[in-house]
Amino acid sequence: MDGTLRVVHYLNQFFGQIGGEDKAGTEPLKRDGPVGPGLLFQGILGHEAEIVGTVICGDNYFNEHLEAAKEAVLALIEGYGPDFVLAGPAFNAGRYGIACGAICAAVAECLGIPAVTGMFPENPGVELYKKSVYIVKTKASSIGMKDAAQNMVALAMKVARGETLGTPDEEGCIARGIRRNCFTTETGAVRAVEMLVRKVKGDSFSTEYPMPVFDRVEPVVPLENLSEATVALVTSGGIVPKGNPDHMESSGASKYGKYDIRGVGQLSPESYEAVHGGYDPAYANEDPHRVLPLDVIRDLEREGVIGELYPHFYATAGNGTSVANARHFAQEIAEDLVRDGVRAVIISST
Amino acid sequence: MAKEIERAGVLTVHICTIVPISKTVGANRIVPAVAIPHPLGDPTKSREEEKVLRRKLVERALGAMKTKVDGQRIF
Repeated sequence: MDGTLRVVHYLNQFFGQIGGEDKAGTEPLKRDGPVGPGLLFQGILGHEAEIVGTVICGDNYFNEHLEAAKEAVLALIEGYGPDFVLAGPAFNAGRYGIACGAICAAVAECLGIPAVTGMFPENPGVELYKKSVYIVKTKASSIGMKDAAQNMVALAMKVARGETLGTPDEEGCIARGIRRNCFTTETGAVRAVEMLVRKVKGDSFSTEYPMPVFDRVEPVVPLENLSEATVALVTSGGIVPKGNPDHMESSGASKYGKYDIRGVGQLSPESYEAVHGGYDPAYANEDPHRVLPLDVIRDLEREGVIGELYPHFYATAGNGTSVANARHFAQEIAEDLVRDGVRAVIISST
Repeated sequence: MAKEIERAGVLTVHICTIVPISKTVGANRIVPAVAIPHPLGDPTKSREEEKVLRRKLVERALGAMKTKVDGQRIF
């Protein structure tokens, strides 16, 4: 490829300078040239490549209309005739990560050109797209923008020029699971014994073939008598009593709340609110039932469809919450539920 | 969270809008919701219509509780 390479950059509404959560429903649109972090990327690309256009889409619009949004974004990208595409980085933003992953996968598949994105390893977009997309490892927030941009550009330029890539560790990206033959000086037997000796001595060693981790849970057997069962409500949508008594963080939550709802039939906007930095809380503040369906479950309890509603609900703000924290919250919540004989849980997520 | 609560033996139904995330985190019974900022409501409708909509989603979740699944399933 001669001359300057053409690049299209994909951004969400926030990094694309359209607006915050209130603009997350923005439909795909394009801007000629670099926008926002695109300026940083352009600086790193230098004269070798030019960001000829930026395609922007709201995170909610993309995730609520996956197929239509993907097609529209792809058409806008194709209109610029790029040599490769950069998306994000999405850091630990789940909706953005899914959008970046879906777009990069579609670009590679439908346009046949390279696409590179960047995400924090816990971003759900990683698990979904790591096999088909080059994903550079980033920090959890935009504090890691500069490193992410440098690594994304370096990797994208290599792929675009058809250069041979190093291992995922060398390239700073997430392993796609691609296997390549290579020669080593020692046989497998020698390498295995060396590894074993290191292990026995307590030294560090790294396996040549990490085993995939499948963490699935067997589905619990269905309930036969729902009308005798105690059901609990849990939400990651950040519904808390007004004033947020536990000071739950709206992003990167380190805690969850357990709230007494004995005798509470309705969640009024005067008594409850949403603390969640990952979606526009206007609708939930107007009517918290839009996130936590207490009114309906009380009706069903009264009608005898379920036995009873557990006297507490649990809430956290699932916005950039680490997997470790979420697991820990759920384990503590589960202890309560098991002890108190709760048979089933409805978790609502925004 | 859905996975960890289910691991403890309590049946869990996840009502959420971004189904791919729910599948990734390992929920077994998944009910697709209305929209990200209002999974169980729709501000373009009247409050009465919203409640009917919400009841349908919750009833679908209760239906999921009574249904045997072998792996992940979307209701």
